[in-house]
Amino acid sequence: MDSITVIGMTSIVMAGLTIAIGSIAPAIGEGNAVAQALRSIAQQPDEANTISRTLFVGLAMIESTAIYCFVISMILLFANPFWNAIMG
Amino acid sequence: MSIDPSSIVYFEWGVVRITATLVFTWVTMLLLTVAGLLLTRNLTDENNMSKSQSILEATLITMKNQIKSVSQQDPGKYLPFISTLFIFILTATILSIIPGFHAPTGSLNTTIALSLYVFFAVPFYGIQSLGIKNYLKEYAKPSVVMLPFNIISEFSRIVSLAVRLYGNVMSTSVIVIILLGVVPFFFPVVIQLFGILTGAIQAYIFAILATVYIASATSENQGG
Repeated sequence: MDSITVIGMTSIVMAGLTIAIGSIAPAIGEGNAVAQALRSIAQQPDEANTISRTLFVGLAMIESTAIYCFVISMILLFANPFWNAIMG
Repeated sequence: MSIDPSSIVYFEWGVVRITATLVFTWVTMLLLTVAGLLLTRNLTDENNMSKSQSILEATLITMKNQIKSVSQQDPGKYLPFISTLFIFILTATILSIIPGFHAPTGSLNTTIALSLYVFFAVPFYGIQSLGIKNYLKEYAKPSVVMLPFNIISEFSRIVSLAVRLYGNVMSTSVIVIILLGVVPFFFPVVIQLFGILTGAIQAYIFAILATVYIASATSENQGG
């Protein structure tokens, strides 16, 4: 195997693994956050506006972990710096 | 397939490079400027105000109240900055339903520029309301040990703001392109609609986070 094959193979495998493993924790976190927020809204429907606003901001913060993984895997697939270095 | 509209170059002359990001940013800016000029042309404080004026005022009042409830401070000072960020990102996202339009927020260059605005606005408003000495003291709170971490968090904010917006907008366009190859016609439309929703939420979150960062730098007792 020459280095181009190795880099291509590793990049594709790692891109898949990055998004697969990286989305587990944010998914659990978002699930917990939404469950907790729904519980709070059920207890205090008057505060629904404040709770949902905070929830959205919080979800975006949690989600950004998954987005980082997505960006990394996109870079590995479409803008791979090592690949470009080899191909010149 | 490209993951950044900046890789599409229309015109290149020396160091001047006109990319798709730049062109579509100009289109968005032009649209907003023209809309702003047209909407504010016949302002009145009589009872018979036009529909566009009352929509404009309702939007501004909503934004003002949102900033007020998040920052717990007088919103007037922050309104121009925060609402400009929000309106620009929202317009850029909504315009992306037009075929051939690449949303400028789908480029890392634009989002880094936007988050650099926030990065410089935080010390600007902080020094304006606290004075330079008190503002710098905020970095050494709760103890001096936290000083490097506070400085690092200032910089990691730019990266996280920029990559969050870029990733969200870019992911939608990538998914649409992939789906167009697999199941054309119906599903790409649904994903595109979903992308507008995500983009609107991201515009809101970008504005809210900017408000939160500025508010934490301007309030004395809470500390960033």
